[in-house]
Amino acid sequence: MFAEPPVNPDSGASSKESHAEPLVEIRDLCFRRGDQLIFADLNLDLPCGLVTAVMGPSGSGKTTLLKLITGQLKPDAGSIRVAGEEITRLDQQGLFRLRRRMGMLFQSSALLTDLSVFDNVAYPLREHTRLSPSLIRKLVLLKLEAVGLRGAWSLMPSELSGGMARRVALARAIALDPMMILYDEPFTGQDPISMGMLMALIRKLNDAARLTSILVSHDVQETLRIADWIYLIAEGRVLAQGTPAALTRDPSPWVRQFLDGLPDGPVHFHYPAPPLAKDLLGWG
Amino acid sequence: MGMTRTALMQLGTSVLAGLERLGRAHLLLLATLCASDEVLRRPRLVLEQVFNIGTLSLVIVGVSGLFVGMVLGLQGYTVLAKFGAAESLGILVAASLVRELGPVVTALLVAGRAGSALTAEIGLMKATEQLAALEMMAVDPIRRILAPRLLGGLISMPLLAAIFSAVGVVGGYFVGVGLLGVDAGAYWGQMQARIDVQEDLVNGVIKSLVFGLVVTSVALFQGYEAVPTAEGVSRATTRAVVQSALLVLGLDFILTALMFGGD
Ligand SMILES: Nc1ncnc2c1ncn2[C@@H]1O[C@H](COP(=O)(O)OP(=O)(O)OP(=O)(O)O)[C@@H](O)[C@H]1O
Ligand SMILES: [Mg+2]
Repeated sequence: MFAEPPVNPDSGASSKESHAEPLVEIRDLCFRRGDQLIFADLNLDLPCGLVTAVMGPSGSGKTTLLKLITGQLKPDAGSIRVAGEEITRLDQQGLFRLRRRMGMLFQSSALLTDLSVFDNVAYPLREHTRLSPSLIRKLVLLKLEAVGLRGAWSLMPSELSGGMARRVALARAIALDPMMILYDEPFTGQDPISMGMLMALIRKLNDAARLTSILVSHDVQETLRIADWIYLIAEGRVLAQGTPAALTRDPSPWVRQFLDGLPDGPVHFHYPAPPLAKDLLGWG
Repeated sequence: MGMTRTALMQLGTSVLAGLERLGRAHLLLLATLCASDEVLRRPRLVLEQVFNIGTLSLVIVGVSGLFVGMVLGLQGYTVLAKFGAAESLGILVAASLVRELGPVVTALLVAGRAGSALTAEIGLMKATEQLAALEMMAVDPIRRILAPRLLGGLISMPLLAAIFSAVGVVGGYFVGVGLLGVDAGAYWGQMQARIDVQEDLVNGVIKSLVFGLVVTSVALFQGYEAVPTAEGVSRATTRAVVQSALLVLGLDFILTALMFGGD
């Protein structure tokens, strides 16, 4: 079942739910951008059928992690297995075969700007299925209904607000009923009502359709409420992991600082830099 | 000594970077051409692009063709009249347009009008992660986005060049026959008798096809490789226009030398 991650100093690992096979297994992952080391020996499991959240400071590499899992980026070292397949060794066809069963919600929503809301959601269906136009219409309207935007089907992406665009992107991501959904910051820019609706939807999709969900978010309270398992990452490693209940009880300063939003503590808020005084006082 | 060394090293680095870019451009062109079978399954995608490129460029190509033809009529007449050969104006105008000005000027205009639009479109699709979203939906952007545009450019260019030349011939007629009094029968008759299908028309079409390939593929490559920011896209757009204009003029010389240089 779960291989025990080596970097796991003081999280509630004992309460780990061990009934689920991991759908995604990440082992000893190293990734750098230029000189900047983003992941150093990252180990992470995403169990099948659960909502796993990845949290961490801005710039800690959460989006990068999703791109690595979906094969958009290639790691420098280590292995990433998704549904038993080694992502790093797949060719384009293999990747595409796998991606048909994955949905990804981009941080920037990434709708196709020359297509209407309806056509955006219909796009994957038209591309990968041979369903009749009337069936596609029904499916699209159902997906839009699920995100509360059925009435907006005829709008163009430029006529949507940021939060609406993100929900359309979610409808598109679930159009093909994938086995796994990756959410990059789904709650950003949502009002409290759509936030509640989104949380319920993520949970419902996960439980009703036996999906596996990966959720990247800064919104601590929301994430604590819907995730089954949470990873806190910073400085390229998993700093802590556990169930929401275990993490809220966790006394370690890392966890406390992040969950309680303390400005200073062991996790650095700043991008790595020389001391401020040195930078301000000259070039020396 | 040290300065020369750094200068040499910088030169070497930029030459290598340039060569690498050139290599990537050719690989992308190859991949796009190989992906063109997609187009057989969805011919509508190409038709849409022909329509896009055509509607973008039609007005500017038509108006320019008219003026270029009128100028040719005027200039040609003044030269020919000196030798008492004014009735050959038709052949002069038509040959200049079909062989040379039609393909070249059309290519320059299309590069400025439709090529830059293509670069901006692809660059923005990259900057707003639309290309990444397509890949995540298991759709290959090279097949779905680039290949139809390349073929669309390839098809549109000879059509636009033909329109340019046709309108130009009419412009030359207005000036030569209408204003300067050249005999209308001579204008058309000489043209009909002396324009050779192989020598003039086919060669003109070949030039147009080559320019279409160059202009569209440069525009697509620049968009695809653009730095995904507003500034990056605007730089890429400028680069696309400058590079394709220079390539068109350079290739025109080479093609002309190959086609007409021998005899
Ligand atoms: N295209 C890129 N080129 C170079 N460096 C990049 C690029 N994209 C991201 N980075 C770097 O990688 C690091 C991680 O970026 P990433 O987008 O994964 O952060 P994140 O955790 O998703 O942040 P946020 O919560 O703000 O979205 C950042 O420090 C950034 O500087
Ligand atoms: Mg991010």
